[in-house]
Amino acid sequence: MPNQPPAIQTFQMPQMPRMPRIPVRTIATIAAIILLIALTWTSYYTVQAESEAVVLRFGKFLKTVEPGLHFKLPLGIDQVTVLPTRRQLKLEFGFFTPGYTNADQPTKEAQEERSMVTGDLNAALVEWVVQYRIDDPKQYLFDVRNPAQTLRDLSEAAMREVIGDRTVDEVITIGRQDIEVSALARMQELAKRYALGVRVDQVQLKNVNPPAEVQASFNEVNKAQQDRENAINIANGDYNEAVPRARGQADQAIRGAEGYRFKRVNEAEGDVASFNAMLGQYVKAPEITRTRLYLETMGDVLPSVGEKIIIDDTMRNLLPILPLNKGLEKR
Amino acid sequence: MNKRGCLILFSIVLAFVFLRIFLGCFFAVYQTEQVIITQFGKPIGEPITDPGLHFKLPIIQEINRIDKRFLEWDGLPVAIPTRDKTYIHVDTFARWRISDAKTFFVRLRDERSAQSRLEDILGSETRNAVAKHDLIEIVRTDKDRKPLRDENLKNVPTGLGTIGVLPSIQYGRLKIEDEIKSKAAGKLAEFGIELLDVRLKRVNYNPDVLDRIYQRMISERRQIAQRFRSEGEGEAARIAGQKERDLNEIQSTAYRQVQQIRGEADGKATEIYAHAYTQNPQAAEFYNFLKSMDTYRKVLTKDSTLVFSTDSDLFGLLKRANAKPQTLPPSR
Repeated sequence: MPNQPPAIQTFQMPQMPRMPRIPVRTIATIAAIILLIALTWTSYYTVQAESEAVVLRFGKFLKTVEPGLHFKLPLGIDQVTVLPTRRQLKLEFGFFTPGYTNADQPTKEAQEERSMVTGDLNAALVEWVVQYRIDDPKQYLFDVRNPAQTLRDLSEAAMREVIGDRTVDEVITIGRQDIEVSALARMQELAKRYALGVRVDQVQLKNVNPPAEVQASFNEVNKAQQDRENAINIANGDYNEAVPRARGQADQAIRGAEGYRFKRVNEAEGDVASFNAMLGQYVKAPEITRTRLYLETMGDVLPSVGEKIIIDDTMRNLLPILPLNKGLEKR
Repeated sequence: MNKRGCLILFSIVLAFVFLRIFLGCFFAVYQTEQVIITQFGKPIGEPITDPGLHFKLPIIQEINRIDKRFLEWDGLPVAIPTRDKTYIHVDTFARWRISDAKTFFVRLRDERSAQSRLEDILGSETRNAVAKHDLIEIVRTDKDRKPLRDENLKNVPTGLGTIGVLPSIQYGRLKIEDEIKSKAAGKLAEFGIELLDVRLKRVNYNPDVLDRIYQRMISERRQIAQRFRSEGEGEAARIAGQKERDLNEIQSTAYRQVQQIRGEADGKATEIYAHAYTQNPQAAEFYNFLKSMDTYRKVLTKDSTLVFSTDSDLFGLLKRANAKPQTLPPSR
């Protein structure tokens, strides 16, 4: 963390004695020992594996050093600032995860950060995370005061630029990826312009919702969408239930008619064949055949006929014999 | 002994004073700052921007440390009406730097007064710029951007409220930010301040307006929901109609075909019979005879009463073997 310890006053520390009666030699020895301790104490430092250190001599940038044990000039001549350059740092916007180690990570004004106006002038609540790394410790420390806060501010501005160019439907559902990509590009551009010395690696959208007051109507749209699919499915079901069956039945009727055609034609041809065969014989002896057929028919038919009355052709009046009553009773 | 003690004490004090004066000649300039040396309050020479160890006259010269990094300015959120009379809260931030330390030192002396000057200038420029533009100009940035359309909302016609539509803009947020920056930059330059950037951090609806916005959003969503429902019902009706149509088509086509086939069949059979029965006069005669016989079989049942004359064909054959049976036997 950048700070500026006062460089000059450290020298005043050892000389304190005022008591007149104390032997000079003792004072000098004590002073020397204190000085020695102070010198040793302030002349080494360690840098953790995930970090890099920036060394300043009399306030002027000297070098950056890699992890390990290092020595420096004591008594505030060299100043060392250690930065976690290899650690992925993150900033949270609009929400808050407890247990952070990076003091810049959590939001202080979640509600304000979250609420945004979309490009179609609707309101939306957007939560997101920015992952970044300090990639130029010199710039990070010396070019901008409060770089993490600056990154927060520019992330908010960039995110709102991106959200402000999108419809509420894009923001909430279809355009999330696109928003992450565009916001990342915009933040990288701004971070470079501001000489922050950080590299923005990732922008991730977390919860993106319509405001609570409006949420119900958004759900209603989803429900209505389901209703629509449902109605269409039911109608298609009805269609599929009736039409294929009707097709089958139609085919059935047609096949039946075709069968009837075969039957009629074959029967006719059969009848004709039998007729022709008989005709062939008939032509040879028409009279005899006719008589034979006539008598055969009569022979078949007459036995089953109920009443048979035979009269002579000389008899002109048959009334006296006819059993009319019986005939009438039968009717 | 006592005199010597005083002497030692005196020399220690003297050494301390000299050390103090000696050290007063040196000062470190930190990497992030620049220093203006003042002599009795009056700036001497150019500001020292080079970090490291530097010299000055002890006691009479004083050092004034001035930051040379980019500094933050975070404006207070202000409620401003836009040109289209919507009240919004605008939260601005800026990054600035002391580019002319001497002017800055003379005019403002410290950062606190600089912050309040920034608040005055940037605050009023922001107000001016916002009040001059419609809300949409402040919200949107890229005037050429075409929004992605939700597949499900594809057939919702555009122009219904604001669904899926980005109202068009003329300038956009970046232009407005630039406008604020360029106007403020000139005024701030007089104080030795260079303005790197001004950005609108947050633009939000005023709580009073918010209710109306919510109402509009709700009615818009309802409209989409109703559209979905009616689309569903419409589509269902269309499918039902299609069903009727297909059924009628299928059934009537089948009826037509059936009738056609049956007619063909009857026609064909009739043709076959007619052809056979009319091939020559004898055939016709024979057919007549056969049919008459068939008819007898059908007509004469056990309920019939037959009256034969001995003159009839049946018995006539006995009398006249050559007689032709022209008349049908009487029957009832």
